[in-house]
Amino acid sequence: MARIIVVTSGKGGVGKTTTSASISTGLARRGHKTVVIDFDVGLRNLDLIMNCERRVVYDFVNVIQGDASLNQALIRDKRVDTLYILPASQTREKEALTKEGVEKVINELSETFDYIVCDSPAGIEHGALMALYYADEAIVVTNPEVSSVRDSDRILGILQSKSRRAEMGQDPVKEHLLLTRYNPDRVEKGEMLSVADVEEILAIPLLGVIPESQVVLNASNQGTPVILEDQSDAGQAYDDAVARLLGEEREHRFMSSQKKGFFARMFKG
Amino acid sequence: MSFLDYFRSRKNTGSANVAKERLQIIVAHERGKRDQPDYLPELQRELVAVIRKYVQIDDDQVQVEVDRNDDCSVLELNVTLPERR
Repeated sequence: MARIIVVTSGKGGVGKTTTSASISTGLARRGHKTVVIDFDVGLRNLDLIMNCERRVVYDFVNVIQGDASLNQALIRDKRVDTLYILPASQTREKEALTKEGVEKVINELSETFDYIVCDSPAGIEHGALMALYYADEAIVVTNPEVSSVRDSDRILGILQSKSRRAEMGQDPVKEHLLLTRYNPDRVEKGEMLSVADVEEILAIPLLGVIPESQVVLNASNQGTPVILEDQSDAGQAYDDAVARLLGEEREHRFMSSQKKGFFARMFKG
Repeated sequence: MSFLDYFRSRKNTGSANVAKERLQIIVAHERGKRDQPDYLPELQRELVAVIRKYVQIDDDQVQVEVDRNDDCSVLELNVTLPERR
């Protein structure tokens, strides 16, 4: 049985696809057979972030509608050989993702994979509901900013009422908070919500804090999941998050600003 | 960071605490609504319509809430009537 993890947020642009790419790559390079599914039908982007956009032949909706087999649609990652990508369809309507169709695909994947990572579209419409419906766990990606925190709380409510686990009366979906685009300097100046603030408001366990970093844009420009940038703070923060997801204890890092000397504070921007 | 900012940054003059307070209020409010039964908005609309037969009120002058306890639920209806002239 695979563990099914949805990466969700409600709000767009907070880093769901970046997170899906890095978490799935991180799980796979620790030897777990992992598939990452793009649920954003019509606005496919995971393929770009994972650098396989020119290898897409068949997609998720083709498999649901029986036009292709799973093996035809799955794209094997060129860097990590236990990682597969199931791209979203670029042309069809979101309603092409039926509950039964998604269940069929997830059940088939469950037979051979250890982890199924579902990259949710933004919003709380059909595609987002389908992405979270079968989840065992949820990574709620949140920016330290009012609209993102509010939308995350909304998504938590939906996880608690509209997921399969909720409808069946099973154990609830396990929730994880991943705070992204965190800027410790601005937090220390009192300009940005702190990790503690967001934890207090959302009241779910913290999986990790990803610092705001130029490396993230650089990595997506090149189609490299940022977790593979081993030397970077953001890459290491994602690696910590993956370790915690697997039950390891890791101290949180990158949560305070680099201490600048007196002169640096005075004269540097 | 300029010379003056160096001293300013020591104090907590930022807007983060405003953000936190606003979020705490709106999130608590929305969580309260989350557990409400699905029929409540419709019930509220119909109640407003009935009351309007007798008194002119706005939509936001009626609040309907359900409080659930262990053995019973209480439907709470709050209507603010306009001042009498």
